Amino acid sequence: MEKNSYLDMELLRFSTAGSVDDGKSTLIGRLLYDSKSIFADQYDAIEESSKRKGEEKVNLALLTDGLRAEREQGITIDVAYRYFATPKRKFIIADTPGHIQYTRNMVTGSSTSNLSIILVDARNGLVEQTCRHTFIASLLGIPHVVFCINKMDLVDYSEEVFYKIKKDLEAFCSKLEVKDIQFVPISALNGDNVVNKSDNMPWYQGSTLMYLLENIHIGSDYNHIDCRFPVQYVVRPQSDEHHDYRGYAGRIAGGVFKPGDDVIVLPSGFSSKIKTIDTYTGSLDEAFAPMSVTITLTDDIDISRGDMIVRENNQPHVNQDLDAMVCWFNPRNLVLNGKYAIKHTSNDVRCVVKEVKYKININTLHRIEDDKTVKMNDIARISIRTTKPLYYDKYSRNRTTGSLIIIDEATNETVGAGMIIE
Amino acid sequence: MKSYNLTHLQELESEAIYVLREVAAQFENPALLFSGGKDSIIVAHMARKAFWPARIPFPLVHVDTGHNFPETIEFRDKFVKELGATLVVGSVQKSIDEGKVVEEKGYNASRNALQTVTLLYTIENNKFDCAIGGARRDEEKARAKERFFSHRDEFGQWDPKNQRPELWNIFNGRKHIGEHFRVFPISNWTEMDVWQYILHEKIEIPSIYLSHERDVFIRDGVIMSVTDFIQQRDTEPTKKMIVRFRTIGDATCTGAVESDANTVEKIIEEVAAARTTERGTRSDDKRSEAAMEDRKKQGYF
Repeated sequence: MEKNSYLDMELLRFSTAGSVDDGKSTLIGRLLYDSKSIFADQYDAIEESSKRKGEEKVNLALLTDGLRAEREQGITIDVAYRYFATPKRKFIIADTPGHIQYTRNMVTGSSTSNLSIILVDARNGLVEQTCRHTFIASLLGIPHVVFCINKMDLVDYSEEVFYKIKKDLEAFCSKLEVKDIQFVPISALNGDNVVNKSDNMPWYQGSTLMYLLENIHIGSDYNHIDCRFPVQYVVRPQSDEHHDYRGYAGRIAGGVFKPGDDVIVLPSGFSSKIKTIDTYTGSLDEAFAPMSVTITLTDDIDISRGDMIVRENNQPHVNQDLDAMVCWFNPRNLVLNGKYAIKHTSNDVRCVVKEVKYKININTLHRIEDDKTVKMNDIARISIRTTKPLYYDKYSRNRTTGSLIIIDEATNETVGAGMIIE
Repeated sequence: MKSYNLTHLQELESEAIYVLREVAAQFENPALLFSGGKDSIIVAHMARKAFWPARIPFPLVHVDTGHNFPETIEFRDKFVKELGATLVVGSVQKSIDEGKVVEEKGYNASRNALQTVTLLYTIENNKFDCAIGGARRDEEKARAKERFFSHRDEFGQWDPKNQRPELWNIFNGRKHIGEHFRVFPISNWTEMDVWQYILHEKIEIPSIYLSHERDVFIRDGVIMSVTDFIQQRDTEPTKKMIVRFRTIGDATCTGAVESDANTVEKIIEEVAAARTTERGTRSDDKRSEAAMEDRKKQGYF
């Protein structure tokens, strides 16, 4: 690594999804191995495990199977996070399981991703699970989707097979809101087009997977238009030096804030001006998502956690009745007219579920209107009424101010994730 | 045209500060576990940034095995004083004296496992409802599945198969009485990120991270420091080597590496070229393939 080049590195978060045996763990192992992110002791450990299990090659998939149950069953049962870096970018991989009972993990892993890698077995083409993974990527608003057509070695690196699958996927995606789609033919096992360009597929002129990961434009993935600052914590030093200091700490959820900006505070509606944007290392001329800063205002008004500072001429929706797509996470079904706790930005409210409008068959994308029981791993559109107004944007506009989690008040478990539609 | 992009270190810092503020807002009596190692140092450093100009609104807690490198304790006391924070010490020696744990015997005796008991007592006695730690997901495969907000039951146990889903940056810290949380603000950092951050922020670190001459002996291929706490076998002669430590834990289970990296810049070069993970020098992880997972389930950090 060149000296100080780390000061220009960007961060890309991506998730991987695939069906059982699509070679997802192998692909991640390959990315880590070919980018030289695997250490000798890790490699030795999996080499030994592979031998013990009587496998011929070193099984790179073993690198990502963290928990004992997974090693025993050979499947991934929880989101695992992996890290590697190239001189251009640092990568965070959310490795999510593919089988049906773990949809919730896929939703979890996708929620913070800039990019999703969806693996498709070249022998099987577009199958039910591919549809499901693509739909979830679209639902969670992941800006970039890369389809890796894997196991090309098992279809003789056939151009025809690749283009047939690409066509099918394009047709399917036309029904979804996916902004940027890419296709790469690979063999994770042999490393074709993962990090190094494959000699086996001269007909493919596109980028390798690694090239895409390093170069895809992520600068527009955050909303830099609508100014949203959920107040997380009020900083009051009450020291001699900073006697009257009252700062509002938080992470900017959208837009660009500058000192002198006219703002209003929700829910009170009071107007003020930004006096300073402070950090430990000094005050800033401007701040944008996802920076953590402390804002002071020119007027002394009562503001607490859960309030939101926004621009006067660009305000979020303020409403107690809203519709959201929810993914249900819990073995206990959603209770119609049931009451739940909600966390939305830095706000805690309660809600009642007024209506289940429909469920979605995530394999066909059809609406299910005759069965409205929302069970674990179901995705449904629901209407809720909250105890006090939320300040929100549509999820498709802002992933931070448009998302919420639903909590069972008796067990404190997170039972659902919601993406606000209106 | 200005681009509104953060570097990876800025984004990681922003995320960690967000998590620390979330702890202060969601818990009544949190504490920051401070070992004097580089990871807890940067967490404490970012806590200072998160609440500035106010002081860090929670105490630092050190679980002291009594088997420390003297440099670490010296550093700890100086660091805490500069920070203006309160320090709470949980003593493993005291747990042994009180008969709560029994000391391991023999050549490979270590107080590492006993720390769990002392940690849980310290949490209970001080009624801490959240313990912030510097664990990172890249350290070990069981840690790769850890949440930022990790729930612990009334026995301090971790249930890896029944973790709360964690979405976006919304953290659910709700709990019943007697339960607590472990929170890991630098979950997404790697060893390299930590060193780059230390360099960039000019953060002071204990001297044993930097190369120095030391009396050591070799056990199972690991370079161990000569201390009063470890019994050396006759076949393990003392020799002088130029070494440094990649992690700082209990002196009985933390190995050194041969190195002439005597500045943070050189450490970064060394880490970039390293062929083993930093926990490769930790004998506590080598006891079995699931050693960390088993300890974590019981409440280890």
